[in-house]
Amino acid sequence: MLQMLTRRRLLKATRQTLKLLVIVSTTFFGLLLITFLIGRVVPIDPVLAVVGDKASPEVYEKARLAMGLHLPLWQQFLIYINNVLHGDLGVSVLTAKPVTEDIRRVFPATIELAVTATCIGVLVGIPLGVFSAVKRDSFLDHVTRVIGLLGYSLPIFWLGLMALMVFYAQLDWLPGPGRVDVFYEDIVEPVTGIMIVDCIIAREWEIMRNAIWHVILPASLLGYYSMAYLSRMTRSFMIEQLRQEYILTARVKGVTEWKVIWVHALGNCAIPLITVVALSFGGLLEGSVLTETVFAWPGLGLYLTNSLLNADMNAVLGATIVVGSIFLGVNLLSDFLYKVADPRAR
Amino acid sequence: MKRSDSMDNHLLSVKNLCVSFPSPKGAVDAVRHVSFAMGREKIGIVGESGSGKSVTGRAVLRLLPPYARVTAGHIIYQGRDLQSLSEKEMRGIRGRGISMVMQDPKYSLNPVRTVGRQIREAYEINHTVSRHEARRQALEMLEAVRIRNPEQVYHLYPHEVSGGMGQRIMIAMMLVPKPGLLIADEPTSALDVTVQLQVLAILDDLVSQRGMGLIFISHDLELVSSFCDRIIIMYGGRIMEVVAADRLHESSHPYTRGLLNCLPKIDGDRKPLPTLQRDDAWLEQPENQEEVI
Amino acid sequence: MTRKQKIQGARAWLLTDTPDSAFQAAAGRFYLGLLEFFHNRLAVVGLLIILALITTAIFAPQIAPFDPVATDLANRLQPLSAHHWFGTDEMGRDIFSRIVWGSRLTLYVIILVAVIAAPVGILVGTVSGYFGGSIDTVLMRITDIFLAFPKLILALAFVAALGPGIENAIIAISITSWPPYARIARAETLTIRNSDFIRAIRLQGAGPLRIITKHIMPLCLSSLIVRVTLDMAGIILTAAGLGFLGLGAQPPSPEWGAMTSAGRSFILDQWWLITMPGTAIFVVSLAFNLLGDGLREVLDPKSDS
Repeated sequence: MLQMLTRRRLLKATRQTLKLLVIVSTTFFGLLLITFLIGRVVPIDPVLAVVGDKASPEVYEKARLAMGLHLPLWQQFLIYINNVLHGDLGVSVLTAKPVTEDIRRVFPATIELAVTATCIGVLVGIPLGVFSAVKRDSFLDHVTRVIGLLGYSLPIFWLGLMALMVFYAQLDWLPGPGRVDVFYEDIVEPVTGIMIVDCIIAREWEIMRNAIWHVILPASLLGYYSMAYLSRMTRSFMIEQLRQEYILTARVKGVTEWKVIWVHALGNCAIPLITVVALSFGGLLEGSVLTETVFAWPGLGLYLTNSLLNADMNAVLGATIVVGSIFLGVNLLSDFLYKVADPRAR
Repeated sequence: MKRSDSMDNHLLSVKNLCVSFPSPKGAVDAVRHVSFAMGREKIGIVGESGSGKSVTGRAVLRLLPPYARVTAGHIIYQGRDLQSLSEKEMRGIRGRGISMVMQDPKYSLNPVRTVGRQIREAYEINHTVSRHEARRQALEMLEAVRIRNPEQVYHLYPHEVSGGMGQRIMIAMMLVPKPGLLIADEPTSALDVTVQLQVLAILDDLVSQRGMGLIFISHDLELVSSFCDRIIIMYGGRIMEVVAADRLHESSHPYTRGLLNCLPKIDGDRKPLPTLQRDDAWLEQPENQEEVI
Repeated sequence: MTRKQKIQGARAWLLTDTPDSAFQAAAGRFYLGLLEFFHNRLAVVGLLIILALITTAIFAPQIAPFDPVATDLANRLQPLSAHHWFGTDEMGRDIFSRIVWGSRLTLYVIILVAVIAAPVGILVGTVSGYFGGSIDTVLMRITDIFLAFPKLILALAFVAALGPGIENAIIAISITSWPPYARIARAETLTIRNSDFIRAIRLQGAGPLRIITKHIMPLCLSSLIVRVTLDMAGIILTAAGLGFLGLGAQPPSPEWGAMTSAGRSFILDQWWLITMPGTAIFVVSLAFNLLGDGLREVLDPKSDS
């Protein structure tokens, strides 16, 4: 692996990624345009939302001018872009705080879930896909394919509710919704925003254990979907690679079968798998919206749905931009890694 | 480059090899009752597509897909019956005992590893040495296949080398563990004609120098006859004839004659070339031919 | 001719190696494809389930024993019984009837999304692929922008702006669904664009409109049909998700996602409120996945099995 990271290749990959950045910037621009337009489509009068419907006409007019709503649309858009790039996503109607501050508060919880779920997906899904491809039509293969099929068919909110019902309500093995039990809330100082890390910093071991128990169910739920997707893609890639002639060459050389599969074949799969893992991460951001709703997990997804139900457009659009940007960023990273890892990508 | 060989020193002896593949229309017999023996000589296996020549080579190395059914009276390499070996023991034979060069280095080399690393791996499997020593061996081998700047080529990836060079790298990789027998499955078919001759010359030299046996599988009768000591001609999974290369044109077997007559000759008459007439009777030849000249 | 002879004759006609007309050739190919499809038992199961869905939706008034919106508070939260096959919900409504009527909503969503998103996608993709150049760049940038959003999130944002309701949900989902079709259509167009037969038609004087609509679009159809069918599963899940969040069809509409959400408070003792509608969503989604997989094997064989 290290051999691949020669200076020459890193430089070339960086140059190509810069080109990509230009493309990404235009996409981001488009993202902002769409969210801006959505914001202007709202049938609710944004001024009224701020001043209330009992305000006098003068107050209304002052607010309207302050919000820049008298300017032509394209000028409003430029102001909007300027604001966003400076980190100003407006003020939340619900919490009366800047949206950026709100998002910074809730964001780590979602990251906690998404990262854990991706780890589960990678550590369980990829090996499962490999086994499935190697021992095709075996029992394990069929099980893997069923798991994959279910992952594409089961509604995530339903599976979450079922899991809560079984493991929490009936069996009492795992705790219920929330990040920690109710009486532990707001005790630990949120330093990083990730509950488990904060507990370690504050040396609150009891709460930390509680937090770990609480994260198991939502993370496993998301992890299941990640695993289903990754195992299916890995299986597909591995079958393709195992057909190739260089695999025969390796066997002729006398390489052990273990090494042929896990080093040679999987090594060649690793490159497209990077893109797939990135895509799965994006899918998890989506899945977290419903998961957080079911488990009352105070992350970005729950924030989004709450704002939505309260018609807090600034918050909704702000969260949409953030999620869209993360998605773009992750794709960019995966493109870069792809170019670094694949010697043929010129 | 023709030698007479010593028949009392059988390198590889195959008796009654049969390979069949299941298919929706019933089992397909790819190889039927193939028997031959060879010493440290160059044998060519010639046939059309589907004659079973590649399958024979792979059957010897036990590298056919698991759904293939392989049976044989015996497959003896250097006194050991390969059929009785466990998979682990068989792996020991592969590379160190018998090696194989395949047709197209574009596909037969691992695209994400440098060629040097791949050759090094071939050596390291069979010898426990330091990385440094293995690298030295790999470089030596690259020189042996007449690659002029082995140090540089060592760090290249397969897509960065030409077809001829790739095939030479393949040969280097397969010969670095010093096997006793090399099976070359259409090694020059994917190359330009001029490059073909170069690669063949290298192969010839190395095989002679090391006193190895060579099984050269090809569809090109002319090429094989100029290169090998004896020629096995296959059709429909059976051996039609085994003939010494220098006596090829004296062959009386109808299939061989048919093949020979199809070859354009630069000083032949200008009449249209005859079409090969296939006779289904050839598929029903008696079993247990052990024609050893 | 006896019936058996007629059938044999028809088969021979379909399977002949020398068809007399384009119609005969196409019919033969269709027949072979059909045979191959029916070999795949799981795909057939999927197809049957979808047919059952369509039948249920059409004959909902006949199949459902109760009025789906009639409340009966005396009878609320009744467990499964012979009278109420799936029990009753928190307002005393018969769950089975609600699910039956809800199938109409599901079908409504699927059909409309397919009818809106697929043509838009094909059009954008073929135009983009055929003309190339700046048209291609612009259209693909737009497609990529929509692809850059996770689908549910963008749908949420749209519904937030437009307000909840099933029509808005459909629009929102359609807006996020067309980009993949555009990409597929474009990829196919690029492959076909330089073929000799396209050059031949152009030499005969065909204009771009004719070429795109009569020659290129039909060739894109098979991969698109596969993709649309497979996407249906995801669309059902997204629609149900929106319903779960209260953004789809509004109460008392028997939308399956909304029904699941309403059952959350009763998760402990009245499990059937969640399980029944959730199972319905799952089964229909599964059916589309199975059908799509089966179609892919017949129409687009470079698949992963």
